[in-house]
Amino acid sequence: MDVLDALAAACPAGGARRAEPGDAVDGVVPRVVARPAGIPELSSVLSAAADAGLAVVARGNGTKLDWGLPPTTLDLVVDTTAMAGVVEHTSGDLVLRALAGTTLAEVQSLLASHRQWLPLDEVVPGSTLGGVVATALSGPGRHTYGGVRDLLIGVTAVRADGVVAHAGGRVVKNVAGYDLAKLFTGSYGTLAVLGELVFRLRPLPVARRFVQHVVPPAELSAALGALRRAPAAPTALELARRGDGPYVLTVLLEGRPGPLEARAAELAGQLGRPERSDEVAPPTWGALPGACTLKVTAPLAALPGLLDVAGRAAVAAGVAADLRAHPGVGTCLVGLPDDVVAVGEVLGALRRFLGGTGWATVLRGPREVRSTLDVFGPTPGLALMARVKAQLDPDGRLAPGRFVVAA
Amino acid sequence: MDGGGVGAVADRLRARLGPEVLVRDPVELATYECDGLGHLRAQPGLVVLARDRTDVAAAVTECARAGVPFVARGAGTGLSGGALPRADGVLIVLAKLRRVVEIDLDSERAVLEPGVANLAITQAVAADGYRYAPDPSSQQVCSIGGNVAENSGGAHCLKHGFTANHVTGLEIVTPDGGTVRLGGKAVDPPGYDLLGAFVGSEGTLGIATEVTVRLVRSPEAVQTVLAGFADTDAAGRAVAAIVADGLLPAAIEMMDALAVTAAEAAVACGYPSGAGAVLIVEVDGPAGEVAADVAEVESHCLAAGAFELRRAEREADRAQVWKGRKSAFAAVGRISPDYLVQDGVVPRTALPEVLAGITRLGAEHGIRVANVFHAGDGNLHPLVLFDADRPGELEAAEEVSHQILALCLAHGGSITGEHGVGVDKATAMPSMFSADDLDTMQMLRCAFDPDQVCNPGKIFPTPRLCGEAPGRRRGVHPLVEQGLAELY
Repeated sequence: MDVLDALAAACPAGGARRAEPGDAVDGVVPRVVARPAGIPELSSVLSAAADAGLAVVARGNGTKLDWGLPPTTLDLVVDTTAMAGVVEHTSGDLVLRALAGTTLAEVQSLLASHRQWLPLDEVVPGSTLGGVVATALSGPGRHTYGGVRDLLIGVTAVRADGVVAHAGGRVVKNVAGYDLAKLFTGSYGTLAVLGELVFRLRPLPVARRFVQHVVPPAELSAALGALRRAPAAPTALELARRGDGPYVLTVLLEGRPGPLEARAAELAGQLGRPERSDEVAPPTWGALPGACTLKVTAPLAALPGLLDVAGRAAVAAGVAADLRAHPGVGTCLVGLPDDVVAVGEVLGALRRFLGGTGWATVLRGPREVRSTLDVFGPTPGLALMARVKAQLDPDGRLAPGRFVVAA
Repeated sequence: MDGGGVGAVADRLRARLGPEVLVRDPVELATYECDGLGHLRAQPGLVVLARDRTDVAAAVTECARAGVPFVARGAGTGLSGGALPRADGVLIVLAKLRRVVEIDLDSERAVLEPGVANLAITQAVAADGYRYAPDPSSQQVCSIGGNVAENSGGAHCLKHGFTANHVTGLEIVTPDGGTVRLGGKAVDPPGYDLLGAFVGSEGTLGIATEVTVRLVRSPEAVQTVLAGFADTDAAGRAVAAIVADGLLPAAIEMMDALAVTAAEAAVACGYPSGAGAVLIVEVDGPAGEVAADVAEVESHCLAAGAFELRRAEREADRAQVWKGRKSAFAAVGRISPDYLVQDGVVPRTALPEVLAGITRLGAEHGIRVANVFHAGDGNLHPLVLFDADRPGELEAAEEVSHQILALCLAHGGSITGEHGVGVDKATAMPSMFSADDLDTMQMLRCAFDPDQVCNPGKIFPTPRLCGEAPGRRRGVHPLVEQGLAELY
């Protein structure tokens, strides 16, 4: 039987078709696309792919296919968009179970009617839950709510050989078995294809206030120190700087309208009068800067120095950096133009500055940039990771070459 | 692997590390026969009292070389037998590794040796307005290394999370004796989240020799409400109303009449007399928010039928409120000669039904069950009371305990919320996970520990043979069935 026939037989409801140029994953065109309509079909598709020895990349809405590295080989794209929908939401349990192809936006709109939310910022509009988990994508709210790894409490995934595996569960508190949900989070589809995801939820805050302060570079460390000791207890912080301009610090406060005003006033006492105070987020909130984005993580105390190094290295390379940092989390996004030499120089400067105390990676950017540079950099534990990959995907057929392990 | 067994390992370690780190005397070995799960005991073949990471790596290397299984032990407070030793193996004790390596308040991290007690972390930073958030009830003695192994929770994990949410870095000795650093003070190292997979792996993927944890600011205000209700149904209605209102307390704890009676007898905690259920709700955060939240918590309690309400704002008053709850496990000794502690989880909305089911089970078997639980996250700790001297009672208690887990699973819950699987619940794993699920989990095990020398026999009822090609497989492996392969 022809591969396409086998795949079509494996997912009668969702269907399979020959690939078109638009199906390319980071420039690599597959032979076929299958669109399983649920986990049983996903399992059949991956079984058929195993029988035929196909290299597979899972794709949701395709919003982050230019992340990581291009697949070294690709036969089949598994389109997860027909595997969508909320399976279970009991608002009293603050838990949501949904298929991986469901979009984050759809989930948030359903939850909002219950005055709840999945506390993940929509960093890349249109993202599916599967895509968010596969790239461990979170925004400024991680400061209080944790990242994807902290919110994902259960997973159903399909292995390269088509076997369906569950880990975790549907309750927030659960320590039975290995936490494969964390292993799969941020694994770029290289260990298994995500089928169903269970998240813990939060009540929506009654009120939100985004307070913005302008901070001269020389005063940054002092301002962050004051903020850390402030009883105002921010939900999230975002620090932005474009080129050699001043830092713009956005503080998100959440709570009840009355106490919230008092906390905002306290904050003004520490940081001075705010430039802007609004109920809605500024447009830059949580967004990825630049045509090419570096993601840097560092010990919190090293962040002001790191921002300084990033800015200076960009200037030295003849470009302007668009910086976004989350000072309570220890992450910094460095937005740069599509200029492989400049990006390489900034990346190198950041890695030298960190010296192993943190990590600088190319999160996304034009293919030329990513294929030229060392996207992930030095990876502690790489040998162990290769063994994990070899166990779960011994033939190296899931998103080969897309992530840290070459196979 | 060169064989030779425990004796060979002892000889080599004596030569490498000196005799003072080894325990082989049978009387001394008896100290290490069990952890907090006291009814399962085994005398270890050899105990290594490690002084530092070098000792740990040496012990693991020699075990790997000889193919001898090893088990790590911290403070020995685990309740699922995760540190149960093996007669044919080595017990590596980490209690002497108690150095606080670094407190870095500017980066909000502490770097610790694995034997540091959980509470000691908070004590080291409290004066600066910081704390380490996870607070298991045994926090005065339990070690951070043990917390990492078990992914320990505590009463306040409802809002503040578990160990896994607070560990950012580990140095581990892998089962082949090598050392690997996962993460550090910074988050998100590139690659797979092996750190996340390691936390909660119950000592089966290696031994943590250094732990980096997040330090968090102590909240500006903390207030605790104690409410007395006629029965657990009424208290349960209060919990549901609090959650439905969008409040997220730091902790919501419930005790039923029997548990309250026991606590009263043990520590005179002064809970509302005649209460069929007591609720402890703790709220923390900015002062203004806390005041408003507490007022709403109290009004929900009253609406659900609370007949007595107390608010504790001062530290001493809060300690008094928590005294009864924290002593509950030990306190049941006052009302029963023996008891089993269970640790199941159900979705919060299933609590009333499951509590009714537990009452029914107790009545059917003529066994009393005291209920103490984290009502906010549905984590039940039924204390199944019995008298071992009365024939048949132990068996009946075990049956009730077993049935309670089945009840939890039937409602979509878990067999363990914080105590771990260990040896205690390994046989219950197939009732929660399919053979394929367990097989997949063990692929991770095989990546870390292909020879299965690292705490074998824990978590999984049947080990996976790491050499085989992955694929569909169910039940006992044919090689095992034919007696051609040995299972640890």
